[in-house]
Amino acid sequence: MKEIVTGFAEEVCSIPGGETIHKCIQCGVCSGSCPNADLMDYSPRKLIAMVRSGMREEVLSSNSMWYCLTCYLCTVRCPRGIKPTELMHALECLAVRHDLATRRTTTPIVYQSFVDILTRNGRVHEVDFIFRYYLNLYRLFLRMKPLAALKMVALAFMTPVALKLFGRGRLAFKAKRIKRRRELNAILNTARS
Amino acid sequence: MRSYALFPGCSGDADTMYYRSAQAVCPLLDIELIEIEDWNCCGATPYISINNLEATCVAARNLALAQKTGLDLVTSCSCCYVIQNQTDSHLREYPELREKVSEALAAGGLQYQGGVRVRHLLEILVNDVGYEAISSKVKKGLEGLKVACYYGCLVVRPKLGFDDPEFPQSLDRLMESLGAEPTPFHLKSRCCGGALILPEEGLVQGLIHKLLENALAGGAECIVTVCPLCHTNLDAYQAKVNRRFKTNYHLPVLYLPQLMGLAFGIDSGSLDLEKLMISPKKVLESFY
Repeated sequence: MKEIVTGFAEEVCSIPGGETIHKCIQCGVCSGSCPNADLMDYSPRKLIAMVRSGMREEVLSSNSMWYCLTCYLCTVRCPRGIKPTELMHALECLAVRHDLATRRTTTPIVYQSFVDILTRNGRVHEVDFIFRYYLNLYRLFLRMKPLAALKMVALAFMTPVALKLFGRGRLAFKAKRIKRRRELNAILNTARS
Repeated sequence: MRSYALFPGCSGDADTMYYRSAQAVCPLLDIELIEIEDWNCCGATPYISINNLEATCVAARNLALAQKTGLDLVTSCSCCYVIQNQTDSHLREYPELREKVSEALAAGGLQYQGGVRVRHLLEILVNDVGYEAISSKVKKGLEGLKVACYYGCLVVRPKLGFDDPEFPQSLDRLMESLGAEPTPFHLKSRCCGGALILPEEGLVQGLIHKLLENALAGGAECIVTVCPLCHTNLDAYQAKVNRRFKTNYHLPVLYLPQLMGLAFGIDSGSLDLEKLMISPKKVLESFY
């Protein structure tokens, strides 16, 4: 078990990029700049207010941060120097840590699949990454999540694009790996301990 | 000769078009790119969204390897550029994080003292080489070629200081120094959707559609870009966007060094132009 969490805002502040929420003046420039704000359960501005109010479950299980494109438009425009992009990443990390990441979009599964391949090979290439994503979707499907089946069908429609890329020598089928995977594993194991 | 520690990034490793054309162009500008030995994936957006500490460790390994070379780290990928930069600044700003990361790196026999400069290919071309030097190498100027300069997000944001984060100019000036004509392109630093193409393809297709529409409205014949993610989205998904939005875009999307190579008179074969999904043949024929 992780340590018992007392204040949600404090927990967010403990991740780099999260600590700036106290400076927010709720002006809404971030929400107005965000290309995806309309798809989010709560806009970036609202999300900051909710974090400060300690609405832990609502925030962490929302889809908001998973629709962040990491385009940093909010970050360069914020008049208070807050980095909402980094805050979104911090919230994603917390949602994963507490197993609250939404299943209404498969973005968390895509990200996890990417990390799975990275930690195994040291590098990430499209083909093994997409196979891993497929496998992770299948596991989810077995746990009766209907979205997973939908996404598996949608992925099949990407095959023509993949084949064309492969035909032009733009996809590597053979997984590329770093040489010193043991060194990378030692680093990651220490970080995890 | 200026030497840099090259970080190709995974996309430069699999799809060699960008990497090979950069390697063809750089020697002509007295730039030597020495690949960092056994570099690993920077973690990109996915890792910082799953586990911040582990993501920082993974990227810090690259910084430690780059530090051994004593050179500035240069990457051609905008995403690697931001991640490696952000890792360096986070290690400086958060002592607690630095301590944990140092301990982890030590377990792998590495250490990072801080201070490696992380730079983007576009930035060294503009700041270290300069427009005049580039222009002096031009053999076959791209006269009359109308180019939409697409920066995307991460080469200019967050503000790393070398160009304006919303209305950048460097790539436009660079195109002018090759003889080309940069076209008005208001969305030049707006997001292409990036990695969300996989989980949210419909949404990203909409963003790509807007970009292509805007580039075309400015009179562009082709698009030039400096980011592999932007390139894949705009090039490989253009046909799908056409089907979905009933449009008929046929805008070739080229990497910056490919256009530079053409202007420098490098044989088009070593610039991998045939690997592009949207063939640039019609538009660039007179420059081959």
